[in-house]
Amino acid sequence: MSAGEPLLEVRGLVKHFPISKGIVLKRSIGAVRAVDGIDFEVMSGETLGLVGETGCGKSTTARLVTRLLEPTAGEIRFEGRDITHVKGASLKAIRREMQMIFQDPYSSLNPRKTIGSIIASPFAIHGLLTESGERKKRVQELMDRVGLNPEHYNRYPHEFSGGQRQRIGVARALALNPKLIIADEPVSALDVSIQAQILNLLREIQREFGLTMVFIAHDLAVVRHMCDRVAVMYLGKIAELAPSDTLYSLPRHRYTGALMSAVPIADPELAGRERRLLTGDVPSPANPPSGCRFHPRCSAMGEICATEEPQLRDMGHGTFAACHFPITEEEMPALLPMARESAGGVE
Amino acid sequence: MSSAGQPPGTLLSVEDLRVEFATPDGIVHAVDGISYSVAPGGSLGVVGESGSGKTVSALTLIGLTQTQGATVSGRIMFDGRDLLAASNAELRAVRGNDIAMIFQDPLSSLHPQFRVGAQLIEAMQVHRDIKRQAARDRAIDLLSLVGIPDPRGRVDQFPHEFSGGMRQRAMIAMALANEPKLLIADEPTTALDVTVQAQILALLERLRRELGMAIIMITHDLGVVAQIADHIAVMYAGRIVEAADARRLFSAPQHPYTWGLLRSIPTLEGPRGIELVPIPGRPPSLIRRPTGCHFHPRCAYALPDHKTIDPRLVDAGAPGHVVACLLDADQRAAAWAALRAGQSADEATAAAGIADATIAPTEVAG
Repeated sequence: MSAGEPLLEVRGLVKHFPISKGIVLKRSIGAVRAVDGIDFEVMSGETLGLVGETGCGKSTTARLVTRLLEPTAGEIRFEGRDITHVKGASLKAIRREMQMIFQDPYSSLNPRKTIGSIIASPFAIHGLLTESGERKKRVQELMDRVGLNPEHYNRYPHEFSGGQRQRIGVARALALNPKLIIADEPVSALDVSIQAQILNLLREIQREFGLTMVFIAHDLAVVRHMCDRVAVMYLGKIAELAPSDTLYSLPRHRYTGALMSAVPIADPELAGRERRLLTGDVPSPANPPSGCRFHPRCSAMGEICATEEPQLRDMGHGTFAACHFPITEEEMPALLPMARESAGGVE
Repeated sequence: MSSAGQPPGTLLSVEDLRVEFATPDGIVHAVDGISYSVAPGGSLGVVGESGSGKTVSALTLIGLTQTQGATVSGRIMFDGRDLLAASNAELRAVRGNDIAMIFQDPLSSLHPQFRVGAQLIEAMQVHRDIKRQAARDRAIDLLSLVGIPDPRGRVDQFPHEFSGGMRQRAMIAMALANEPKLLIADEPTTALDVTVQAQILALLERLRRELGMAIIMITHDLGVVAQIADHIAVMYAGRIVEAADARRLFSAPQHPYTWGLLRSIPTLEGPRGIELVPIPGRPPSLIRRPTGCHFHPRCAYALPDHKTIDPRLVDAGAPGHVVACLLDADQRAAAWAALRAGQSADEATAAAGIADATIAPTEVAG
């Protein structure tokens, strides 16, 4: 995977959802700061992971990038072009280039349409392949590519299992030959054995079609497996952005460390390991803590953390973290006993 | 794993439990002759995919499938009583009292229109004669036991005012209200974030230690089960296909399905970017199950006669370790040794000396 030009650039992206009171005389009494000023870029051909807990803003980010939501502020550039406020025909043209794969394979397929027409709907929307038979041929090629039997063209979604439905979602996303695919929790609704099938499929098609991918998940192991770089989000901000190999062997932000430490390891030998559990819940994004948003739950909290918001800083090895007291290399073994010397591990 | 009667040192013993549902399409063999036992204060992990029968078997323990028209046979001995022979009134006395259960989705298990405290108080008053004020004090103690901050204020709140993790804690508090001897936890952390999951698992482990309560943990997540279970049963198509001590199951698994589960999960350690090895196909229909070994259509190690011979659980070379696989012990050991060394299934079949004889897994997309 060659890291080329940035395909997608996001600068200072903000999305606030107003909280209003009153029915007739509506007035705004605050805002849920779902995404609160994030910057990142996705290079052509790479997979960027977005991870974080419920409510950290990862799905909102996906919807902003695909322009399903109107950003409050900030800039989104796709192939160097500002698409933050494009409308109408040019928005439709942009959407041909970016497609989404959704989490729930049950609710993201129309139960009254055949698989054939679901996968062909992007062609219908964009007025492509209008000659008779062309669409069907192309759809069947796509079905074959994602591991579905092309003869099942006329079947309905309920006739397929969860894993097969997710394959249908992948075929639909591939239909227009997009440049960017945004996969929002594509495997979290699937059984483990099926999950691996879909993850392998996504990697294959990415290689084959030269796709760029934004991969959103809460499962850190899945993200590590899929992504070249990972952005860890907390309460609408990016806490840490790092290459996968570095992130998992030397996380620098205290929050990243806490997340990793919480992952259950499929090895009873390590089950008794001393773990630093995060206490409490994620604070409300309507009223985020002052200074560093993670400070009320942080073990290394200093005075500065409550007053001054940390900015993303270069921590070396390609890691950027927004932490006043980043995790040091000396602390690592105690913090993450399972993070072996995979620091130099390359793909 | 099982034994006749109920030997001392066993809290729960399930013998040859079968649960069938009659449907217009045919009989669903949801649970097909499983046996296991749990010691007081012990913990059993039940692992399997959707439709493997793990939830149905647990619901049957507390009599919740019989009411849904299931045909149940076998024996469930709990603390000296036969639960399958018990009347509804007797079952009601056990349910929520000696055996408590927590479910995956705490929001749908809590009544939205009643305060959390009132629901906890009800759980106590159903089973014992306790004054409202005393029950309320105990509800506050329980909320604080499960780590809910400000329990005095929280006790009068409604479920929607709780976060996901707190709701699950409230569910656990309710389950603990009557100091159960056995807690059945059905995917209790699946809907939760990993940080909250770690808190809940640590809480369950602490409660088990402090209260001496046995736990049956039902999950599809091998990581979760590795954290909490002493003993693990792997279920496939309504049967236990392998059961062992937790360490043994992860270090020397014997069933190709267990190998498949272990190899299909991405991990946080080791080199990145290696291909995951999925189990081909998908779980079978429980109405028309594959002949012979139910796993044979998805198994890379299946031999021609595995299509016809139905495997039984046999000893797998360690105390408490049983496996239902038609390969002989040497073949299994050789195949797992190869897989563990990072070799492919093809190389593993060669190592087991069955490379030329296997029938290829049927190609069906999951």
